[in-house]
Amino acid sequence: MDKIIQEFDKRNMKEDLPSFKVGDFVKVEYLIHEGKDDRVQPFVGQVIKYSGHGVRRTFTVRRIVQGEGVERTFPVHSPKVVNVTVRRGPNKKPRRSRLFFLRDRAGKAAQL
Amino acid sequence: MSQHKFLLARKKGMTQIFREDGTVIPVTVVEAGPCTVTGLRTPDQDTYSAVQVGFVPAKDKHVAKPQRVAAEKAGVPAFRRLREFRVQDTAPWEVGQEIKADVFEEGDVVDVAGITKGRGFAGTIKAHNFSRGSETHGCMNVRRPGSIGACAYPGRVFKGTRMAKHLGAVRRTVKNLTVEGVDLERNLILIRGGIPGPPNGFLEIRTAKTGSN
Repeated sequence: MDKIIQEFDKRNMKEDLPSFKVGDFVKVEYLIHEGKDDRVQPFVGQVIKYSGHGVRRTFTVRRIVQGEGVERTFPVHSPKVVNVTVRRGPNKKPRRSRLFFLRDRAGKAAQL
Repeated sequence: MSQHKFLLARKKGMTQIFREDGTVIPVTVVEAGPCTVTGLRTPDQDTYSAVQVGFVPAKDKHVAKPQRVAAEKAGVPAFRRLREFRVQDTAPWEVGQEIKADVFEEGDVVDVAGITKGRGFAGTIKAHNFSRGSETHGCMNVRRPGSIGACAYPGRVFKGTRMAKHLGAVRRTVKNLTVEGVDLERNLILIRGGIPGPPNGFLEIRTAKTGSN
C-alpha cells in the first residue's frame, strides 16, 4: 500500500487498542444514539474472528440469545466502539484463528 | 455561476474514514497539487477563455521543446502535465500563480476525470458481460461470443455489434463526488467513492458541472 495512505490511516487509528484474542469472552461497549442521548450498549460474547488490516480491521463477536446464535462485527477503530474488556479467556486455547466451527455446535459442545 | 474550481492530481489509493457518528466512509486519497498557472487563453487571442495549469515539475530533458520554450516565455518552470480548464473569465488567475489543495473544501461536489486501468484485448465476457457456454453436456463453447448476426439477409454484421476489444485505458469522468476532507499540509484531498485509474494515475478534478454546489 502507498506510504501516504498508511500514514494517513495512522491518524485515523486508535492508539491504545484494547488487547483481546480470538476465543476470548469480551464485553464490547458500543455507543448508540437514543432519542437525544448517547448511551453505551454492551454486547457480550466470544470473539470468533479478526478480519482486515489497519483502519479497516474488524472483529466479530458471537453470543447465544434465546437459543439463537447472534454475531456482530465491529470495526476496531470505530469511534463508537468505546471500550472492549476481556471477561475471561477460552477454557482451551483455540488452535485456529477463526472459530466458525462453533456455529455448527450447540450447548456444551459449543464451549471452548 | 459559482466560482469554477479545478486542480490536477494523482490518485494514491483508497481507504476509509470514520465520521463522528461512527459512519464509515470509503474515500479515495488524492495527492492534489500544488499546480502552477502556466498560461491564460483569452477570447481576443485564442477565441476562448481557459486557464492552463501544470502539475509535477519536470526536468528539461523530459519536456518537449515546444512546451519548454512556452514555459520559458511565460517565466514558469516546466511541468510533466499540462491541462487547460475552460473558464468564463480568466481575470481571477495570473501566470505563475499557485493553486493548492485548499481551493476545494469539505462538502464540495466535484467531477473527477482519469484514465481507466487498461485491461488489454478483452473477450466478450469481460468486455460486455456476456455469458459463457454450458460447462457440461458436451458444450465446446468455452468463452465464444456466439452468433454475431443472421444469414443472407442482412448478409453483413451490424455496426456496433459487441465483440472482443481493447478494454480500458480510456478517459472517464466520474461525476458528482463529494470532497470529504482536505489536508493542505500534505496536499491531500479525500474524495468519497472510487475514481478511475491505477494508483499514481493522473487526474483532473473540477467543480461538478451538474451537481448541486
